[in-house]
Amino acid sequence: MSRVLMKGNEAMALAAIKGGCDAFFGYPITPQNEIPEYLSEHMAKEDRVFVQAESEVAAINMVYGAGGAGARVLTSSSSPGIALKQEGISYLAGSEVPCVIINVMRGGPGLGGIQPSQADYNQITRGGGNGDYHLLSYAPENLQEAVDLIKQSFDKADAYRNPVMIAVDGLLGQMMEPVDLERTPDSKQRERKEWATDGDAGRRGKANTIVSLHLDPNKLEEHNLALKEKYDRMVENEQRYERLETEDAELVFIAYGSTARIARSAVESLREEGYKVGMIRPITLWPFPENAFKKLPDTVHTLLTLEMSLGQMHQDVKIVNQGRYHLDLYARTGGVVPEPEEFIEKAKAILKKEDAA
Amino acid sequence: MNSDTVYRPKQGLTDREFHYCPGCTHGIIHKLVGEVLTEQGLIGEAIGVASVGCSVLNYVYFDCDMQQAAHGRAPAVATGIKRVRENHAVFTYQGDGDLASIGLAEAVHAAHRGENITVIFVNNAIYGMTGGQMAPTTLIGQKTTTSPFGREKEGTGEPLRVSELLATVPGAAYLERVSVHDPKHVRKAKKALEKAFDTQMKGKGFSLVEFISTCPVNWGIQPRESLDWAVENMIPYYPLGVFKDPEKEEEDD
Amino acid sequence: MTEEKVIIAGFGGQGVMLMGQLLAQAATHEGMHTTWFPSYGPETRGGTANCSVVFDNHPINSPVVSVPDSLLILNHPSLAKFQGKLKEGGVLVVNTSLVEEKDLRDDVRIIKVDANQKALEIGNLKVANMVMLGAYVKASGIFSRESLLKVFKERFTGEKQKLLEMNTRAFDAGMELAAD
Repeated sequence: MSRVLMKGNEAMALAAIKGGCDAFFGYPITPQNEIPEYLSEHMAKEDRVFVQAESEVAAINMVYGAGGAGARVLTSSSSPGIALKQEGISYLAGSEVPCVIINVMRGGPGLGGIQPSQADYNQITRGGGNGDYHLLSYAPENLQEAVDLIKQSFDKADAYRNPVMIAVDGLLGQMMEPVDLERTPDSKQRERKEWATDGDAGRRGKANTIVSLHLDPNKLEEHNLALKEKYDRMVENEQRYERLETEDAELVFIAYGSTARIARSAVESLREEGYKVGMIRPITLWPFPENAFKKLPDTVHTLLTLEMSLGQMHQDVKIVNQGRYHLDLYARTGGVVPEPEEFIEKAKAILKKEDAA
Repeated sequence: MNSDTVYRPKQGLTDREFHYCPGCTHGIIHKLVGEVLTEQGLIGEAIGVASVGCSVLNYVYFDCDMQQAAHGRAPAVATGIKRVRENHAVFTYQGDGDLASIGLAEAVHAAHRGENITVIFVNNAIYGMTGGQMAPTTLIGQKTTTSPFGREKEGTGEPLRVSELLATVPGAAYLERVSVHDPKHVRKAKKALEKAFDTQMKGKGFSLVEFISTCPVNWGIQPRESLDWAVENMIPYYPLGVFKDPEKEEEDD
Repeated sequence: MTEEKVIIAGFGGQGVMLMGQLLAQAATHEGMHTTWFPSYGPETRGGTANCSVVFDNHPINSPVVSVPDSLLILNHPSLAKFQGKLKEGGVLVVNTSLVEEKDLRDDVRIIKVDANQKALEIGNLKVANMVMLGAYVKASGIFSRESLLKVFKERFTGEKQKLLEMNTRAFDAGMELAAD
């Protein structure tokens, strides 16, 4: 194992190269600029494609073109830029063109701010663009996990013919920590995409088309149902999560990404003081890991959602909870990164109230 | 083609019957594109990008790989394709609402980067598919469903000349405006397409052929009259000719 | 070792970010867990800049440091901003060339370093950050001199190789000042 100290954005960019990325199309926006900066140098050295587009809108449409032509394609942006890309993401999903999108989240709405935030949760998990569709979305909590997931994400995108979103925030994008780039093997899967519009109609003997247009409502419904069948398979097979110290927990934190690593500190401190606290950490935001909420021990009485957005993930917790446990929410937003002490204080208040009851 | 041939079946196109209205020139332009791609031996490896407008369904007509783009985004989609399939002929087929309005940035920047793609730009001075609304290319005084009193300079500007605009962009290599209102001009238009694809395949940069086209239904006139209307009203404002030619540039150097 | 949380602060252009990265790199070589997190914002020179660095033998959770064990202060505005956060009995390495000493806390261990003056004596004001770094490495005792010199050699390569010698001298001068 060889660990190298890397900045989050650069480590993710390198992981994409190792994941078999053929082409990158992007546009500058803080706090993800080190991704295109790194790739502008290293994609050229690898004789792969790098294009700085004229806008996020153009970039995602270049992704759609190159992905449609059969290449493994990456784009990256941050919240307002992802909002601009939603049109193209909807087309990618609708016409089943695979790609990987890295979203280094910042505060919103509007221009918002540039500090870490998770306020894109709805934008990531609820489509964002028009129509019935979903993105397979991963939310790593540290750079090692980000690197591992990105290396696998091109295979996943190809396997499902669906866009995959890597959701991190400015904290993970800007920080440095040591990573082992070889912990997950480099992607070797390169099967010919027989569906691609790669300009090979002559060999194939028939022309391929990639479209999201289906003017006959019955045809479109049929297409929507076929997509749903695919999303159902993702729900069945792709849920990923971590359960930490839940075996005897009374209070369970629900937190992902940067918030989860801060919550981890809080769990450790509270355990040292004898409090029975655990954590469920969604690694996939979509599909939301409802399996993690099955078979929780009888000791559990409260689920506390911790997020850097005002209860967006909490809505999903409510859905999976189905009235079983008390629910509570502690949220910071706008780019404010919570400190472990805030979670500890909130947890103690809940546990005291429960004791008194 | 020997001198006795007056017509031959379409080439580079599928057997599907066109859905275009009587008097619309999309059919002629499709046929020319299919012929040129076939004659240059490019059709088996070509990749086309359909846009949004009346020609949105052209992916069922062109007999090559086709990808359908969002409104205005075809040059960006084509950029993505061309960058990963460098040796293939890549073209977009866009109307004037698509290219000159919502997709102007994508068109200008594809030209600006000198992308080796060919844009087939069909200008009929109106939004056809959505029912005849005003386009950036609509002529002064022309009535449309969103300029019911006739387009006025005040508040809506004067018609945008795309070929002239792109001629100021360094990366644009070949630009020509043509018309298909009579056989002589159809032959000339075909030559322009040949030159455009030739420019692309030689890696000389961005090429665009602008076609003056018709829309009798939304112009509210008969098909035959619409050709005359285009000649009398559009060509004076949108003059035919070559706006940029890589061979000329080489001579000048 | 137990967890060591450090904040390094000064103004943009003083090399604050680099100091943190060099420490994180040394920690990586020594097999420790480490995180480095910068303040980031609209790109400006002369504005305030700071970074947080954490070292531990155990995996590190939050890279954001709220209560530092050690604080490296390169200019006066940063003292006002961060001094209050330093834990009681913590280490405060302060650049006395740009910080008024009368404002210093009295419940922490203070290492005074006339870093700008020392850097000028060595020949370039820009190496003042290395003087500060040397003082911290000596005062904290977490890293050896050799460990940092190894990182310098990796970092100052190619065109920057000519800077290696002067940076090393500045670093050593800082170590000496902290030893007094």
